[in-house]
Amino acid sequence: MTTMTQAVVSRGGAAERFKRTIASGRLTAVLILLPPALTLFSLFVILPLIDASYYSGFSWNGYGSPSNFVGTENYQRLFDHSVFHTALRNTSMLIVVSLVLQMPLALGLALLVYRKTPTNTLFRLVFFLPFILAEVAAGLIWSFVFDGDYGVTASLLQRLGQDPVYVLADHQWAFPAIMTVIVWKYFGFHMMIYIAALQSVPKDLIEAAKLEGAKPGQVALFVQIPMIKHALVVSGFFAIIGSLQIFDVIIPMTNGGPSHSTHTIVTYLYTFGLSRLNIGFGSAAAVVLFVLAIGVALFYQRATAKESRA
Amino acid sequence: MNSVTTRNTLRVIVLILVASLVVGPLLAAFFGGFKTNAELRTNPLWLPASWAPDNYLSIVFDSSFWRYLGNSFFIASMTVFLTLVVGAAAAYVFSHVRFFGSKMILSYLLLGLMFPFAAAILPLFIKVRDLGLLDTYWAVILPQTAFGLSLAVLLFKAFFDRLPKELFEAARIEGCSYVRFFWSFTLPLSTPILATVGVFVFVQSWNNFLLPLVVLNDRALYTWPLGMMQFQGEYLTEWNMILAFVTLTIAPAVIFFLAAQKYIVAGLTGGSVKG
Repeated sequence: MTTMTQAVVSRGGAAERFKRTIASGRLTAVLILLPPALTLFSLFVILPLIDASYYSGFSWNGYGSPSNFVGTENYQRLFDHSVFHTALRNTSMLIVVSLVLQMPLALGLALLVYRKTPTNTLFRLVFFLPFILAEVAAGLIWSFVFDGDYGVTASLLQRLGQDPVYVLADHQWAFPAIMTVIVWKYFGFHMMIYIAALQSVPKDLIEAAKLEGAKPGQVALFVQIPMIKHALVVSGFFAIIGSLQIFDVIIPMTNGGPSHSTHTIVTYLYTFGLSRLNIGFGSAAAVVLFVLAIGVALFYQRATAKESRA
Repeated sequence: MNSVTTRNTLRVIVLILVASLVVGPLLAAFFGGFKTNAELRTNPLWLPASWAPDNYLSIVFDSSFWRYLGNSFFIASMTVFLTLVVGAAAAYVFSHVRFFGSKMILSYLLLGLMFPFAAAILPLFIKVRDLGLLDTYWAVILPQTAFGLSLAVLLFKAFFDRLPKELFEAARIEGCSYVRFFWSFTLPLSTPILATVGVFVFVQSWNNFLLPLVVLNDRALYTWPLGMMQFQGEYLTEWNMILAFVTLTIAPAVIFFLAAQKYIVAGLTGGSVKG
């Protein structure tokens, strides 16, 4: 009770208020609770990204301090490098497949299992399972599936009387194989986003449409899908940002081969930047990746801002 | 009525088809671990002729397998612990303490939501090396925590904002300091969101490959994805051993998923949707 009366008495006066701020521990709270997060975040997120753009101006192997300034040469070499073109093209293919194949697949399945029944829950869990597995493990399992001597595809082809194909060593098939794995791994994630959204669509809207004589397909197309537009935008955003960063799956499957045909931006910057200690050159690739990601994020922000205004 | 049953049958057929495509490769890996390489050549997909557990046993009795898992577990647990404490502390300040510049600092911390981790990997390698942290657990723990902070702060702040204000005011009147209120009230009341974020961070750390690959060279510190690639490099075409190894390493994740699926689904989809 005494503390309460004191608090009431000491009200008023700027100096008094400042004193109270200190006494109440508000300043201490800020000074104790905030700095750990700020330090970690600045040191390991913001500084490295600033460093990347700085390093990209140098020809530097990572030892000593960067001194050989080369201006935009790293960027010129990057954009002249045919493997980087391949990496950009592959990354774009991943984006297209994620948006055009994976998302409709996920949406279709979400519409089939969004209702809360025990069997639906089981299917949902199964479909989500690949998402929680490590990419490297998924990549290894699938490189067995596609193996020309042992794999599942090889034995299927043999049964059909065809010669076995070394899928992952084949220029034409290696990247489609990787895209298959990506869809396999991530469609469940997008499906879960849609399910959460579908479950929040008001039931009477669907009932009303049915009373009007709408078939299930029409209900989905004209009621449910328009109602979950926001979820579609969100999952599209994740599909693009995720595709930009694909790395883990590719290392065990092809390691960027055969003859550098399956690189993505990240495997490219790892192979040509880090493994060969071309820190300056690799940083230039990192800056390109960074700019692309920021571009997507800004576009997403504008898209969602427009949507919430409309 | 009839068309409804046909439609439902069709639906179940489609679902079973997709489910078998999802589970097929995983089962093939599990079965493959029991086979000999010769058997694997003729029968890559179906049940093994005999359930001889030799491959599995030789991996389980190899101490490096357990060291890989132990390393991953330690790194993931420390990352979760740090992310929860540091992230919740920051979110608490933004939620409860009003001070000049708080909005700006919050937007600064949330910038991380837009940044792709891979773009920072080269300078991170340099930074970690210059700090003398290469080949230590901290080389993985600290950057992982830093990159997980943005989403953690966002989710924690949203949760703290919804905690009853009366409780806070009452505690202030009783003379409870901000820091003590954080420890004895906010954190205990926030177990649902702590669990969600914790599970999310744990799974990400457990599966992380790029960062450990870049900052760990010492095999004694390898996390399990690195150990798995190492193992694959040693056994190359002995697919039965590799499949047994993969099966054993993903088994904990599958069991964990089935046990904690509620939190995992909420953390991995709900969490990122809000992000």
